[in-house]
Amino acid sequence: MANVPSDLKYAKSHEWVRVSGNVATVGITDHAQHELTDVVFVELPEVGRQVKAGDACAVVESVKTANDIYSPVSGEIAEVNKAVVADPALVNSAPYADGWFYQVKLSNPAELTALLSPEQYQAQIGGA
Amino acid sequence: MKRTPLYAAHQRLGGKLIEFGGWEMPVQYTSITDEHLAVRNAAGIFDISHMGEVILRGPGAEAFLNQTLSNDLRKLAPGQGQYTLMCHERGGVLDDLYAYRLTTNEYLLIINASRIEADVAWLEAQLAAFAGRNEVKFLNASDATGAVAVQGPRVVEFIDACFPGASTGGNLVARVTDLKKNQVARFSRAEDTLWVSRTGYTGEDGFEIVAPSQSLEAIWNQLLAAGQPHGLKPAGLGARDTLRTEVCYPLYGHELDENTTPIEAGVGFFVALDKGEFIGRSVLAEQKAKGPGKKLVAFKMTDRSAPPRPHYAIWSTGPGAAKIGEVASGTQSPSLGVGIGMGYVPPESAKSGTPVEIEIRGKRAPAVLVPKPIYRKPD
Repeated sequence: MANVPSDLKYAKSHEWVRVSGNVATVGITDHAQHELTDVVFVELPEVGRQVKAGDACAVVESVKTANDIYSPVSGEIAEVNKAVVADPALVNSAPYADGWFYQVKLSNPAELTALLSPEQYQAQIGGA
Repeated sequence: MKRTPLYAAHQRLGGKLIEFGGWEMPVQYTSITDEHLAVRNAAGIFDISHMGEVILRGPGAEAFLNQTLSNDLRKLAPGQGQYTLMCHERGGVLDDLYAYRLTTNEYLLIINASRIEADVAWLEAQLAAFAGRNEVKFLNASDATGAVAVQGPRVVEFIDACFPGASTGGNLVARVTDLKKNQVARFSRAEDTLWVSRTGYTGEDGFEIVAPSQSLEAIWNQLLAAGQPHGLKPAGLGARDTLRTEVCYPLYGHELDENTTPIEAGVGFFVALDKGEFIGRSVLAEQKAKGPGKKLVAFKMTDRSAPPRPHYAIWSTGPGAAKIGEVASGTQSPSLGVGIGMGYVPPESAKSGTPVEIEIRGKRAPAVLVPKPIYRKPD
């Protein structure tokens, strides 16, 4: 049963967003890490890069596949998680905590309303 | 997609099923890394029923096979097998396979799943033109036969109990674990006869069991039950690939294809130029003498990077750096924790220790050429 925390918002492409003020922290969901199994590499965007909602801005690799991660929101990359680059297994063990990917200074907070609620994301992944 | 006799077992075990060479096969059950490490440290069991089994019998079989395959079958005693390659006239590889002499005049070939049709067509055509063809019976037993592989240092702890009693054919031994590497023997189990060889594709000790399709599920279940207390885990094609890449075993379609010779692939040891005439001999003899036009090298990434993958470009370094080849197989090595792979480069660029770069998503990451195998068991 995938964990879908109730205090987050979600993208259809399996990213989660935690908002604090006008900064959004982004990672991939428990469902996504479970599908990937062992994450062996994470490539993060550069701090300062401007991203638009829907842009591919990170890559997460398992043994067998490389997968693009899409930014759920627009803004400037404010910080990236060096710990997950050093230890990609954090994506599997703590996808909502130490396995976070990057933070975005929001340029258009209204975009958050277009993201999925926990219930909507749960429905998308089949409530399992 | 075709399904092996173990399809239901894979579903029960939660296998993630994918398409491979026309077959629906499990790529993993829990995780590739887990399954890979289980094989290295304890034991893993693989469904290899998608592979092909071809039988040749009769007094003419040895001569026919010896002129069709690269290695020298005359070296084989009954109950012994060898790795060998089947080449066309220009020396390019049609398939790599294992050939077993089961009894004096009976041979079993284990061929790649993706090459069953091509191999059978080739063998039938060659046999039709073979002078002694009336002395050879050919049977494609692939559909009626399945196989499993059990691999890992702890397999010896439980496999004898699954096939009790002495062998009844091939190499005559009191128990399965008395077989030496590359030896094969026939065992009876309930009403079935099956063949067990001490061979594998992982670099670990292990056995491969070839049995009639209808008895396979019972064999799989019994091995799984007997092995679980010893750490046995079901392992899928993902782990099969990482295991064989670590020890630099070629995979047809990657390191081997019709445009590549065994000499170029570094398996010239299995080409017996002195045994007499065989298909492709003259080209291979010339290559062995003059040197091949390309060479298969192994490499390791030297910095943290994304895993190298097939078709990524291999670059030389320094002034005049250029693309010199392509990755044939590449992966993150579960045993070594670093990216590894194999690829073809010009012979003058093939020396171990040479720094190279692998182009990954437009950026070049540092690597170094290393001797094969990339992973060696600690002594």
